[in-house]
Parts: sequence; structure tokens; C-alpha cells
Amino acid sequence: MRYLPLTDNDRADMLSAIGVRSVDELFVDVPEAARFDGDFDLSDHMAEYQVEAKIAALAGRNVSTADVPSFLGAGAYRHHIPASVDHLVQRGEFLTSYTPYQPEISQGTLQALFEFQTMVALITGMDVANASMYDGATSCAEAVLMAQRVTRRNKAIISGGVHPHYREVTETQSRYLDIEIDARPPDLGGLEELAGDIGEDTACVVVQNPGVFGHVRDFGPLADACRAAGALLVVVVTEAVSLGAVRSPGEMGADIVVAEGQSLGNAQGFGGPYVGLFAAREKYVRQMPGRLAGETVDEDGRRGWVLTLSTREQHIRREKATSNICTNSGLCALAFTIHLSLLGEDGFRKLAALNHAHAVALASRLESVAGVEVLSDTFFNEFAIRLSGSAREAVDALAARDILAGVPASRLYGSDAGLDDILLVAVSELTRDEDMDALCSGLTEVLA
Amino acid sequence: MANRKYSQDHEWVEVEGETGMIGISDYAQEQLGDVVFVELPDVGKMLDRGDEAAVVESVKAAAEVYAPVGGEVIEVNDALNGDPSLVNTDAFGDGWFAKLRLTDPADLDELMDEAAYKTYCEGLD
Amino acid sequence: MSGHSKDLSRPAPTMAAGAVDTVHGHQGLRLEEPLLFEIDNPGAVGVDLPDPGATENRLGGLERHAPIGLPSASEPEIVRHYTRLSQKNYAIDMGTYPLGSCTMKHNPRLNEKMVRLPGFANLHPMQPDATTQGALELIDNLAHWLKELTGMPAVAMSPAAGAHGELCGVMAIRAALDDREGGPTSRRRILVPDSAHGTNPATAAACGFTVDAIPSDARGRVDVKAFADKLDDDVAGIMITNPNTCGLFENDMIEIAGLIHDAGGYFYCDGANFNAIVSRVRPGDLGIDCMHINLHKTFSTPHGGGGPGAGPVVLSDALAPFAPTPWVVHGGDGFSLVEHGADAGDAKPFGRLKGFHGQMGMFVRAYAYMLSHGRDGLRQVANDAVLNANYVMAQLSDVMTAAFDGPCMHECLFDDRFLKDSGVTTLDFAKAMIDEGYHPMTMYFPLVVHGAMLIEPTETESRRELDNFIAVVRSLVARVQSGDSDAFAAAPRLTPRRRLDETAAARSPVLRWTPEIPTAEAAE
Repeated sequence: MRYLPLTDNDRADMLSAIGVRSVDELFVDVPEAARFDGDFDLSDHMAEYQVEAKIAALAGRNVSTADVPSFLGAGAYRHHIPASVDHLVQRGEFLTSYTPYQPEISQGTLQALFEFQTMVALITGMDVANASMYDGATSCAEAVLMAQRVTRRNKAIISGGVHPHYREVTETQSRYLDIEIDARPPDLGGLEELAGDIGEDTACVVVQNPGVFGHVRDFGPLADACRAAGALLVVVVTEAVSLGAVRSPGEMGADIVVAEGQSLGNAQGFGGPYVGLFAAREKYVRQMPGRLAGETVDEDGRRGWVLTLSTREQHIRREKATSNICTNSGLCALAFTIHLSLLGEDGFRKLAALNHAHAVALASRLESVAGVEVLSDTFFNEFAIRLSGSAREAVDALAARDILAGVPASRLYGSDAGLDDILLVAVSELTRDEDMDALCSGLTEVLA
Repeated sequence: MANRKYSQDHEWVEVEGETGMIGISDYAQEQLGDVVFVELPDVGKMLDRGDEAAVVESVKAAAEVYAPVGGEVIEVNDALNGDPSLVNTDAFGDGWFAKLRLTDPADLDELMDEAAYKTYCEGLD
Repeated sequence: MSGHSKDLSRPAPTMAAGAVDTVHGHQGLRLEEPLLFEIDNPGAVGVDLPDPGATENRLGGLERHAPIGLPSASEPEIVRHYTRLSQKNYAIDMGTYPLGSCTMKHNPRLNEKMVRLPGFANLHPMQPDATTQGALELIDNLAHWLKELTGMPAVAMSPAAGAHGELCGVMAIRAALDDREGGPTSRRRILVPDSAHGTNPATAAACGFTVDAIPSDARGRVDVKAFADKLDDDVAGIMITNPNTCGLFENDMIEIAGLIHDAGGYFYCDGANFNAIVSRVRPGDLGIDCMHINLHKTFSTPHGGGGPGAGPVVLSDALAPFAPTPWVVHGGDGFSLVEHGADAGDAKPFGRLKGFHGQMGMFVRAYAYMLSHGRDGLRQVANDAVLNANYVMAQLSDVMTAAFDGPCMHECLFDDRFLKDSGVTTLDFAKAMIDEGYHPMTMYFPLVVHGAMLIEPTETESRRELDNFIAVVRSLVARVQSGDSDAFAAAPRLTPRRRLDETAAARSPVLRWTPEIPTAEAAE
């Protein structure tokens, strides 16, 4: 077996060095009743080319978004990933290292995390950021738990503009922790007002910008209302590229910003692994979940990096930890950092501008398609449209014509949400004129 | 310090009139190592004897500090926010944690005096 | 607690021991590298993009105007920067990484090639099921392997890591108890051995339970008597790692399962150490109700400097109905996803743990690993992992102090009795290994052993590598015995950085780069 270096000779020598006759003697502690000697309904080992053929055949049965016009978004976006990103993250020193608990031989990972934290803080407009969470949705849940710790209040209001997966994950993780979740109905119009609902028991208000239906909103007044009431404002961002064009949550007065970082450096990959961004005001840093890289000096006085404030974490604080998270999304955070480094200040803004320009172009084309109504007056690179028929049926019909038309709202909210005719449509820098033509003419045909 | 008394969890209290000043002992700070952060209670908080009054953290450990006596928190040592190392350098002085208005002087009877505490610590090593 | 403290009053020398004075501080191949923010080359770009042109703006007057502060650099500068950073890391690709409890095994590159196939990499999670049949089939196939290997009837695929899998399992337990009692369960306690990973108690707390620690007995296993004494109708369940964090098989698992079930609780098994027993023991045969499987340990997906991982959870019939959404079903029309509770039929999912469907990238890698080994190869994996650990233990037990008698499983545990009165701590010993070219073993964990050193070689170390490792450890022990504790206190000396001041880092946290404001500007 190509991954196992021991030869039969090695095994025999080693067994005799240990002083046992067979490896079975080393499993002596396994009770008789638990030893399995049966046959698994599984295949035997394969040559590398055989594995490759089998898995390639499975891959071949999927429709790649690179091969057809794709307008899918809703929290996962198709952006171009520069070749150097994927090359660098596959360097064995990054790919095959563990969590940097031994800082003297992990300065590469630690410095990259410090750069990641800095970049996340900069783009969200916040003071500090952690070294990543699993994804945007779990970051959102952790933000609500953190708000409970900070305010010692037990109610969270979740806007109807928040991605339903984020809401569901937050509800799930809050369920057994005495947190009351006040989740608002889908905010299709982007007009929801929450400031009046903040009470003395409100730990936080969770909003999303741009909202799941695309609206770009100014949450400054809501931030003021939160502050006045002693509650925190949590802002969710599901499309990190929007931060290159839209005023940052920090500038609007957010206390915690959570985001999905997939758009930068990470493939759509059928939903994961992605990278959760988590940023906050500095005064709340000791209530943050997850790892933090910090600057210090070594014995020779030279600057270096370590994991720090670890007493918040499960390996030290156990049941009193701020979160149970251990493994995070380190390598995805590295990909994010390298992609954003390549873009730089100008490239990041230009990428965002391109995305927005394509969305504006698509919206104006769709406005003239019979049976289509563009619902979002403001948006970044994704917006909601109302169709004259079922969005799911239209999407399926277009998929049969090799067009991935977008995400039906009913796919996100369930078929009982009354959103059957709503479709979320996203573009990116990769969207071409002919893709937009294909979508418009395809919709014209299937809605006729 | 005749009026300083100690708990088995290595907290001390020094009483003056109705007020008790609390902190952790030299033995405790040595066990903990370099203190990097102290989470102090809110002024006004009511503590029963044995309630968690503070958390003291080193790089690799966090320890709860329990109130050796019951009382209302009337003052906390804000200097620890800027310089937590005071707990290491002067555990019985500038490294104090909080002042309480005692609810029940009888709480003190449960604590050890200097000599008893010294014997107690020797028994731990 | 490390017990290590540094004399901060000592003046800092400007150069490491043995270093040569060079212009930029580089030491041959060991290159110094500033932060990217300090390399900032305004005007340079690393990505060429077409001009967006002048278009209508639909941002509603909420454009971002103020500078963001991102650094600028060209592609060659970026490639060089991150290449230099990478060279400051130790990695499995470089050498033995005997980090106990972490299963740092070889990461096959075939897995990386497979996950980058366009049919997986460019797949959006919300495509119609008809366009993702190959992906759904792969998830279903992987689920089958996991169920077969564990002897369990169901698996929840979405958890993103081991601790996330724990959350999944304990939430399923809570949901099952609530369901059985027809309302919020009155059971408040989860029993967790004192040798457990910190994630276990943290998870129990995250599900609203209180944690009740069970002591280990003199054999390094759960003290069954102490456990049985804790059982009452307040106990919701028990979380046991098997093989445990002392590297030992919990040989009373079946009895423990019977006792917890008789008491009306459920049995969570932490599968972090499944590598030791894969295909030799089906955890389902031990009577457990759920177990997470770290695909990034047993099934070789890379650790990536801290993640990502994946933590699918196998479930018993009692817990399966409560598994979180989404899941894959196979019907007449092929594979499809169930994403909403309303579509779940008789199942009663406790909720959703993650956006979309789980760590697909890890599924592809783990599946490639499983197909490569096959059922026959996986049995060899367990055999070789256990053989390697026992070989290391046998070759070191005469000079170090093994914590427990008898054979170990995939990792061997030593305590620090062999360092007694030497002036050398476990930490010092580990740091000295770094200068010898090794990543240290896990230190000070599990907590039940004083000055613990936990060594997990894994099955992907050759005999030659093991012998080299053993020779290094033995020579370090000889140096301890020679009384040269100063050499240990000064280690490591040959690394890009020597011991770092963690106290200073925690007292005044600096968690991000901030530009230095020119004094003239600051004065304004």
C-alpha cells in the first residue's frame, strides 16, 4: 500500500523488539465481543489511477458553474481565484502543518494569521478579528452567544434580511442556552425597521448587508438605537467582495461583524470548506470565540507571533470557554489572505466595482423581460426578482438548457414560506454579456 | 498582619471595620505564574461567601477567585486592569482585588489565620 | 500550566546564538520577512482586472469612500512573501510530527488533485439536484463507508470539525431526551472523564448541560465504580474518548454503555482516536449512541495550520431521527437533498449546524483516501499505527517513564518522573526536540498525568524515521542525566524565532498591524 512505509520485514522486527508474536497481541485490551473479524461491504484497495478514474467519473456527473452561465449566489459566489493562491496554499509547509501551538516552528502560519486578522479588521471596519470560524453561518451564531456574554441579556432580534441558514444555525446553537431568538419574517422589500423593538432585554440585533434579497442599507441609525439601549449591533456580510464597494459595517457603528469569506480565495466547492470571518470592537476581545494570533518578542528581542488570550478557549477553560471551537478554517483563511493581498487596495475596489457594474447591467436587462420584476431598488452583485411563475420550476427548466439561473427563495426558506415566485440572481466579474443574454432569453421562453 | 485571614482556596481577606479587602495569596500567584489578566466583579454586586468574585488568568491557566467572605462589592482595584503583574509582585498589597462591605462577620470564623494557613500550604507541597 | 516563566529583566541580545551578522538578518536559507503591510508597494497590483467603465450606481448612496488600508504588491512580491512565510513552518511533509491526539499522518496529494476537479471545485451548493448527482452520490458513498466502518445505522454529514461533531451529537442527545420526556428534559448533567479533550466539557456546556467529571483509575481508564456511583435520573449522558487520551482502549466500554442506558442516558463516543481501531473495532458493537469522526485525522485530510476539518457524526437508531438538516436521500430519481424540517417526513431534526451541506472538500479527500486503502488497507492502517506507537514505547521505556503499564494503542504516554530533580521540565524537553529537527510531542495533556508527553507516530512513519526519532529522544534523555539543564532551558536555538514571550502577548494584546502615524500628522 503506497501510503504505508512499513514492510513485512519491518513489522516482524518491530514485533520482536516489542516482545510480542503478532500485532493482535497489541489489541489485547479490546474485549472479545468488540473485535471485528467480519467482512465489510466495502471495496479493496485500489491503484492511484483507479481511484482517480472512479472519482473523476463522479465529478463528471456534476454541471460545473465554469461551463455554463451561472447566476447562483445566496451566500456562495463564483469569483476568479488567481493561480498563485492555490499554488501557495498547497505548499506542504502550510498544507500539512498543525495548529501553531509551537510558535518557534510555526511563525509562517502565525504571521499569515496576523495578516489575516488585520485584513479582516480593515475590510469590516472593526478593531480586531479572530483567526477564523467554520463559516459565516456559525460565525453568526457565535456572535449572538458573545452578545449574550457581553450584555448579560438573553434576547436576540434577527432581521428578515439575514440569510435563513444563518438564522437557523443561530437558532440551533442558541436553543439550549436560554437565548430567546426573535426572528423576523423574510424582508423582501428591505424596509424592515427594528429600532423600535429593542428592549431592555435585547442582547443584540442581527442584520445583514447587503441583505439576503440584495438590499444595501444604512444601519447607522440602528447602531445608534442599539447603543442607546445597551444592545449590540451584529452585522452579517455573506459576500465579502461587497466590502470593497459598500460602506463598512464598522463605519455604520457595528459592534460585531461576521462574514463569509469564501468569495476571496476559496472555491464554491459545493458548500465547504469555507471561512467564517469574525471581527469586533477591541473592548469585547476577551469575549470573542476562536483563536487569536498576537505580536510579541522572542528571547533575543526579535518580533514574532504567538497564539494568545488562550484562556478563553476550550483547551484551557473547558466548560467555561467562550466556545467549543478547536479546529477552524486555517487554510481557507490563508487563501483569503493571499487573494486579498494580490488584489490590494485598488484591486479589491476594482473587483467590487466590476461586480456591481455587471449586476446593474443585468438588472436593467431583466427589467425588460416579460414576467420578471426586479424587486431590489439597491443591491451590490445580487438581487431578487419576482417571476410570473414558480421560480423553482423556471430554474429547473433553465438547468435543462444548461443555464444555472439563480437560487429560488423557496430553496432557502422552504416551500411553505410563500416565496415561490422569488428568485435570487447573482453575478460576478466572471459574468459575460452572453451569459446575461442567455438568462434573459431563457427566462423569456420559460415564462411565456 | 494579624487581621488577615485565609481560605483553603488561597484567597485572603483583611478586615477594617465593616470593610473587607480581598485578594489571592503569594502561594496562589506563584502556582499560577505570570498573571496576565484579572476579571474583577462589578461594584454593587452582592456576593455570598464562596461565590465567584473574580477570575485571574495566566498564559496557560485561568482560576476562579471565590469570595472568602460575603458582602457587597464597594470598590475594585482598577490598577489591575493596567498592570495585572501587581498580583505577582505584591499579592498582599497593591495586588488586591476588591473591597466588600461585609454581610456577616461570622464568615471570618471559617477562615484560617496566618500561622494555620502557612501550615496548610506546607502540607500541599 | 507550563510552570515556565521567563526573566524579563535580562537584556535582550540582538542576535540568536550561533547566528552570523548579516545585513538584513537573513541566515542563509532562513530568510527574515516583514509583514505584507510593511512591504506595501503603492501602485503595484497582483491581479489585472478590466476597467468596470462608468455605470449607474445602485448602492443607494452607501459607497465606501474612506481608504481601507490594504497593502499593494505585484504577484512576484506576493509569491515570495508567502513562500518565505511557509519556510518558517514545520510540517508532516518535512518530518515526523508525533503530536499525540492529533494524528498527523501523511496527506496524499491525490486527494488534493481530486478535490480540485472542476466538477467539485466549481460546484455551487444551491444548484438543482439534477446538476449535482455525482457530488450527492459521493456524499452517499462516503456515508456508507463511515456507517460500515463504525457499525452504526446513520450518519450526520454536516459538522465542520470534531468539536462541531460533538455539538451535533450532544444536541441529538438533548433532542432525544426532550422528545422522550415530552418537553424540556429534566436531566442536567453530562459525565466527562477528567482525561477528556477540553472540547468535551465545552460542548456539554454549549448544549446547556453541567459537566460532572469522572476520575480516571490507576490503569488510565474511566473508573467504572466512580462512574456508576454518579448515575441517577439527572444524568443525560456520558462522553468518552475511545481509545482514550492516554492512548488506551477503554476496555469497560460495553459495561459503561449498559449502565448509562439503564440509567436512561445516552453514550457519546469521541472518535478523535478512531485511527487506532479503524476496521478492527466497530464502535457500534460497543453500544454507543453517537460518535464523531475527524476526517482530518483518521482519513488524512490536511490540517492546514489549524483547519479546516470535517466531523461527521454516526448515530444509533435512537438518535438518528434527530439528526440536523440537510441530508442526502436516494430515490427513484437519483439522489436529492432534504434541506428543511418540513420535508423531513417522520424525522425530527434538531436544527441546522452549518450553512449549506457540510465540508464537501473534505469529503472528496477522505473518500479518495478510503478508496485508496480499501477495507484491507484500512485494517493495516490501524495495525501499523498501533505497532509504531508500541515500538516507540518499547524503545523508550527504559529511559523515560511510561505513565501506564501494558501495550498502548496508537499513541504512547510518558510522564515527567524521568525528569525529576533534573531542572528540566517537559516544556524544556520538548523545545530541545525542535533543535533536533522534530515537532514536539503533545505536552501537558492529558491532564491526568504529571508533565505528560503524548507521542503519536501514526502509521505513515517508516522504520528508519522511527529509529531516528528514538535515537534523538534517547540522546536527549542522556543529556538530561548529564545535568546540562541550561542547554534545555535555552532551547530552541536554531529556529527562526526562539522562545516567545507569551506573557507579554497576553498582557497587552497586539492582534493586528496598525500603521505608524507620522508625528506631524498625529500632532494635528
